[in-house]
Amino acid sequence: MDKNDFLELANTDVKKCMKCGKCSARCPSFDEMDIKPHQFVSYLAEGKIDKLLVSKSIWTCLSCLACVERCPRGVAPQSVIEAIRDTVTRKAGANGLSAEDIPPILDDDVPQQLLVAAYRKYNK
Amino acid sequence: MQICYYPGCTLKSKAVDLDIQARKIAEKFGIEMVDIDKWQCCGAEYPTAPNETATKLSAVRALNYAKSHGGKLLTLCSACHNVLKRVNEDMRTNEKTIMKANIYLELNPEYRGETEVIHYLEMLKNIVGFDKIKSMVVKPLNRKVAAYYGCLLLRPSNVMKFDNPENPTILEDLIVALGGTPVKYSHKNECCGAYVSIKSPDLAKKKSQSITDDAKAFGADELITACPLCYYNLKKNCGENLKISYFTALMMEALGIDG
Repeated sequence: MDKNDFLELANTDVKKCMKCGKCSARCPSFDEMDIKPHQFVSYLAEGKIDKLLVSKSIWTCLSCLACVERCPRGVAPQSVIEAIRDTVTRKAGANGLSAEDIPPILDDDVPQQLLVAAYRKYNK
Repeated sequence: MQICYYPGCTLKSKAVDLDIQARKIAEKFGIEMVDIDKWQCCGAEYPTAPNETATKLSAVRALNYAKSHGGKLLTLCSACHNVLKRVNEDMRTNEKTIMKANIYLELNPEYRGETEVIHYLEMLKNIVGFDKIKSMVVKPLNRKVAAYYGCLLLRPSNVMKFDNPENPTILEDLIVALGGTPVKYSHKNECCGAYVSIKSPDLAKKKSQSITDDAKAFGADELITACPLCYYNLKKNCGENLKISYFTALMMEALGIDG
């Protein structure tokens, strides 16, 4: 995949970013990210995709869309993070969650919504 | 009146109370929630990649069914609402998705986003009316309640169009109608940790605690939500610090409806 493939997958205009940093300032997972939401946008614009593909942030993004909501330029940093996560998890054997991971963390109250959402985010 | 209703997986199992209570409350106001035929799980998370089509089809099926059964699709789970509403927006505006989904599902006539997706809270506000609800309260709440919205009802606001995304008030307005006092606090639209509670429970715990700590600091006796995942995360991580309830439980109490 080249830069254009990633731009298409992210489906948001990263060139519009004016580097104000509001997305990262608002991110509830900021402290848990090695590469921050605003960097996902600028790295993609600059074509530094290799760095993004090894980022641990794709597992701690909450998809809460706070970054998208705050962006004054209509850019969607969460979509860039999801594009990278999709690229990683779509490779065979690279899922972030396996069926064997589930039983130990199940309790009587775990809602189906949690399992379905986690699978959709971490597995392809 | 009858309205097409999409219950979703969680409301048929772990959050069955939310479903049953909502039906009883709606009945009180003359509304019958009718499950749509052969509904399938919405997927719980809207996929943002433009080449994700198959993952949107169950939502399109439900939307297309509602189109010819009253034209409205009622949701209650925040995740279902988010997915259905966003997929519906794609089916109105994205020609590629419209074409692929219609071909795949062999829809004739085509579905092009005609159905109106409405959340239960929007139904209470716009169809029932908070004044009507207020007039039927028999046991005012008389306590301080924190309204918690989370993410899925509000964002992205250009599609969800639910309420002011930074300072929503629909739940506070409901609390007032029920005779309670809404608490002003800063974390009402923060994320509870969502699905990371399965891979990173510590992160989810930190996020949930920041919400209940804030609500408590501003005097909340109880916190209400419309989302089964928020309910789970908040209750699991902070249930000993603050009472966590579905908004429907407060309505049952104030309206004097037997559980």
